[in-house]
Amino acid sequence: MKLPLIAALVLTLATPALADWQATLGAARGQTVYWNAWGGDERTNAFIAWVGQQTETLYGVKVEQVKLSDTAEAVTRVISEKAAGQTEGGSVDLIWINGPNFLAMKGQGLLHGPFVAGLPNARFLDLSPASPASVDFTVPVEGMESPWRLAKFVFTYDSARVDTVPVDMAGFVDWATAHPGRFTHPNPSNFMGATFLKQALIELAPDPTVLQQPITDAAFAAATAPLWVWYDALRPNLWRQGKTFPENQSAQQQLLNDGEVDISMSFDPASTAAAIAQSLMPETARVFVHEGGSIGNISFVAIPFNAAHAEGAEVVANFLLDPATQAHMQNIEVLGSFSVLDPMKLDDAANAAFAALPTAPALPSVADLGPTLLEPHASWMTRLTEEWARRYTR
Amino acid sequence: MSLDLEALCIRSATDGALFAPLTLHVPAGGVVTVMGPSGVGKSTLLDGIGGHLAHGFRLSGRVMLNGRDVTHLPAEARRIGLMFQDPLLFPHLSLGDNLAFGLPPALRGQAIRRATVEEALGQSGLSGLHDRDPATLSGGQRARAALMRSLLAAPEALLLDEPFSKLDAGLRDEVRRFAFAHVKSRVIPTLMVTHDPEDAAATGGEVVELKGYGPNQT
Amino acid sequence: MGTALHPVTRDGRLLQAVVLGVVGLGLIAPIGLGLLQTGRAAFGILYALGHTELTLDPWRDLAALPGFATSLRLTLGTGLGSTLLSLLLATGFCAAVHARMSPMAGARLLTPFLAIPHAAMAVGLAFVLAPSGWIARALAPLAGWERPPDLATVNDGWGLALLVGLMVKEVPFLLLVILSALSQIPVARHMAAGRALGYGRGIVWVKIIMPQVWPMIRLPVWVVLAYALSVVDMAIILGPSNPPTLALAVTRWFTDPDPAMILPASAGAVLQAVLVVLGVGLLLGLEAAGKRVGLWWLRRGGRGLSAEPGLWAASAAVMALMAAGTLAMASLLVWSLAWRWSFPQIMPESLSLKPWAGAMQGWTRALSNTLILAGATVGLSLVLAIALLEGEDRARRGRAAWAESLIYLPLLIPQIGFLYGLNVVFLRAGISSGMAAVIWAQTLFVFPYVMIALSGPWRSMDPRMVNAAAALGAGPWRRLMAVKLPILLRPILTAAAIGAAVSVAQYLPTLFMGAGRIATLTTEAVTLSSGSDRRVTGVYASLQAALPLAAYLAAFAIPAIAHRNRRALMGTETA
Repeated sequence: MKLPLIAALVLTLATPALADWQATLGAARGQTVYWNAWGGDERTNAFIAWVGQQTETLYGVKVEQVKLSDTAEAVTRVISEKAAGQTEGGSVDLIWINGPNFLAMKGQGLLHGPFVAGLPNARFLDLSPASPASVDFTVPVEGMESPWRLAKFVFTYDSARVDTVPVDMAGFVDWATAHPGRFTHPNPSNFMGATFLKQALIELAPDPTVLQQPITDAAFAAATAPLWVWYDALRPNLWRQGKTFPENQSAQQQLLNDGEVDISMSFDPASTAAAIAQSLMPETARVFVHEGGSIGNISFVAIPFNAAHAEGAEVVANFLLDPATQAHMQNIEVLGSFSVLDPMKLDDAANAAFAALPTAPALPSVADLGPTLLEPHASWMTRLTEEWARRYTR
Repeated sequence: MSLDLEALCIRSATDGALFAPLTLHVPAGGVVTVMGPSGVGKSTLLDGIGGHLAHGFRLSGRVMLNGRDVTHLPAEARRIGLMFQDPLLFPHLSLGDNLAFGLPPALRGQAIRRATVEEALGQSGLSGLHDRDPATLSGGQRARAALMRSLLAAPEALLLDEPFSKLDAGLRDEVRRFAFAHVKSRVIPTLMVTHDPEDAAATGGEVVELKGYGPNQT
Repeated sequence: MGTALHPVTRDGRLLQAVVLGVVGLGLIAPIGLGLLQTGRAAFGILYALGHTELTLDPWRDLAALPGFATSLRLTLGTGLGSTLLSLLLATGFCAAVHARMSPMAGARLLTPFLAIPHAAMAVGLAFVLAPSGWIARALAPLAGWERPPDLATVNDGWGLALLVGLMVKEVPFLLLVILSALSQIPVARHMAAGRALGYGRGIVWVKIIMPQVWPMIRLPVWVVLAYALSVVDMAIILGPSNPPTLALAVTRWFTDPDPAMILPASAGAVLQAVLVVLGVGLLLGLEAAGKRVGLWWLRRGGRGLSAEPGLWAASAAVMALMAAGTLAMASLLVWSLAWRWSFPQIMPESLSLKPWAGAMQGWTRALSNTLILAGATVGLSLVLAIALLEGEDRARRGRAAWAESLIYLPLLIPQIGFLYGLNVVFLRAGISSGMAAVIWAQTLFVFPYVMIALSGPWRSMDPRMVNAAAALGAGPWRRLMAVKLPILLRPILTAAAIGAAVSVAQYLPTLFMGAGRIATLTTEAVTLSSGSDRRVTGVYASLQAALPLAAYLAAFAIPAIAHRNRRALMGTETA
């Protein structure tokens, strides 16, 4: 029994990558990692704190969450540090990031890496070239950011107040006409509001494949023409007649809770069940998705080029990919976020752990979530929000 | 001990000299009274002698205390005591602590200091009031306490700025006699400023008329 | 000839010079550096991004940003509007109740409103005024609302909610300032003289009292205007969002992922500073015009209409504002204890201590950070303030006008104008973000308030006390420690309480200079206010409000205990 084990250990240590990992662990011990992450959800904050306790016990690495209202704050901080010539000892060690922010940082050489391949737990990921973990908003990840939770764009509604929900974007116009002032979306300057517009764009664009390419003026005009027609029909029946919008998804969830609107949206399919458990939503709240599918993507963590505690950050990123961590995260009583691991690469014990997780009435199963639509190229989102602002922010 | 003013003149920044240069000799134990119309600068004169001259005034001449030239010394080094119309007992200290404030540091030992203060309280009819809040005392009691405080600091000269004018007639006489008795018994040269001729008469000493310059002097 | 400086005077001048040097180099010069950096970026120079030419492009980009004109209009409307309205209401209220309220009683009544930080008040008001909020819930049975009405009472497009929020904080402040100014004027005698000549109460107030009061309250009104024009945390919570006010828009542009936005953001920050200058200029212009028109009006001798209805309207409006403020503060506490509280319940359906327990990890750290910052900044400011005032006393020289302006400058320049630029300067100098940088940035704003609060009482202490102590042989240090400081205990503690309130309420300095790592109760409350859990926000906001109140209570209680047997020190100083 022991001989194969020893042989396996020797082999492991002999592999260069994993020997490096021992060196990383050694360097990380005693470090405090400043993880810049959106702080608007208490359960996520509590989960991050739990991660910190675990990594401190297991690896001697502490985690301090820097709560952001928007990921862009951390990006700007790294930019100013680069502008001031600070190439090491930066104040940001780990960022919860994806999409345009990732594009901006990768493009300007602000990231440390590639490091994902060197993480031992990366073997549980599906890192094939076309998988969601390898492509972030059509930008190749190339190992510069490590996945940690799954995001899928879903809607929430209060089943006690609403009987029917729109099955696609076009249906929203009719629904809003029947229920004026009972629907809204977050301000598109926030990522949730932008995602709503993106979902609408994908559903309404004459030719969705063009969205996978970088943007051109002609393509933009053609693809968005139906969108603006649809939006202009929708806007007068929005909450506050479409003149003002909630800041972000949390604010809109509060509106739903207060009864000011009937539909809200979220990137986390489990957030509704979690909110009900915390009494932040009525018990009759439920999740729905559009029949044609909805946008889905992965949330990553990335390490800035000048991070003071890059080794500690890698240790944390690796810990997030541990099957036990992912199962704990997917537990509706903890956080409820869906795991990013590939079930084919997990052993039976791990898969059983996932199957044994508790369920809740408002918690959809993975099957309920429907097909995943691919995110458009990041340049589309930027242009979309600019155009929306140009038309409707006066 | 004596207090001598040699050609003392005080100039204000705006109005020039307040009065003609003053030369004065105050003998030990004697009380010299300075009188003059209001506004002539009597209080400013005392400020100048004591070293409390406000910003905007300049002093020329000399102040000699027991042969020492104290003109350029700071107020706390001159050993010249000061009493105002208001007793100005420190509001945050008890009566006894007020009196103890001026005791020379050379007098060491809590017991001795306390005994000295108690004796002074006894001499001024304030015994048993060591721990009282000064604000609860009567006007006469406060005036006596203020005088004893000045005397306990063992000054070499004493300046009195209309010290009895806020007391009513009956009290004034009593406090006046008390003050001059103590001053004479300790042989301290005293300069008093007042506009009440009775005060001057009670001293039995020289009376000097201060004539001022300036447009509002009659 | 007494031309040589006494050692004490020399000491005093040295002390003055040292403190002004510290204030100038340590506090003001960096502001100048920050403004310079922001100014250069506003005109196109940002080496880090490769922009090295002077150009007006940032300004063109700024003007082209969506909703720019509306942002500008909103800023001017809420800033000028709230200041002028608050002034009007405060004046009217004072006229109505002055005879019945002493400054001490007024100060005590107004203390809670002054102590509570702007962000906490905004969070509470947002709940009280919302269509699903307390007032709406109270009206729901009468109006038959099953669901909240679709009325924009918060985050409305005209900025009215922001206006009200600003006024709830400004009116008490101006009331206090006006009451304190009034205590320096023989109001009763002027009133009697004026009424004997046939003028009504309100007109006497306008023609006789206010012209004497105005010069004394001019500077505080400018400070109020500067704040109202550049407020960020209240604008996030109560103000419009599509588009927001200029200060909020600029803050957003500074944190935009596209780094090229820093240039128009810097232009916006410079514009913000210019707006404040223009606002102050407008007030000066109004003052000059008011003098001319007023004099003409006075000379006509008309006895005027009775202004009594106006006074009562002003009083009613002020009472309504105070009621809204009280409800706002109460709502914070109730939310922090609620579990489920849905429309249209007036009180929570279920109560719980879980919000406090659940968030404990977060708020204990935020609380300790806030306490450390408050303690350090107040301590530093008090030492500087006492040193400066003592130096002035010893040097027998008053404060020069330029020194006065140096001290109050940070209150008049919008924070957004220089904080970002300063952060870059600090980074280049190798000063990393952290407690020290945040303490510095907060002291910048705490010190002027401590100076304002302490200067008056310090200077009005009877100078003969000090002379008497000198005549008893006490040297300058003994006079300071054994006489001045004990007598001034209450004003010193009050100044400390004011400083603590200012420190707790700081938002932008903690955010920018702390690189987001220093979580204080205010930064957390503002972030959480845009979240979905009002209960946790209630916890943070309640704590945020409680700290300054505790400081004021201490400022009241400690002298009461220390001076319990000292009648002369109880209750005669002005706050």
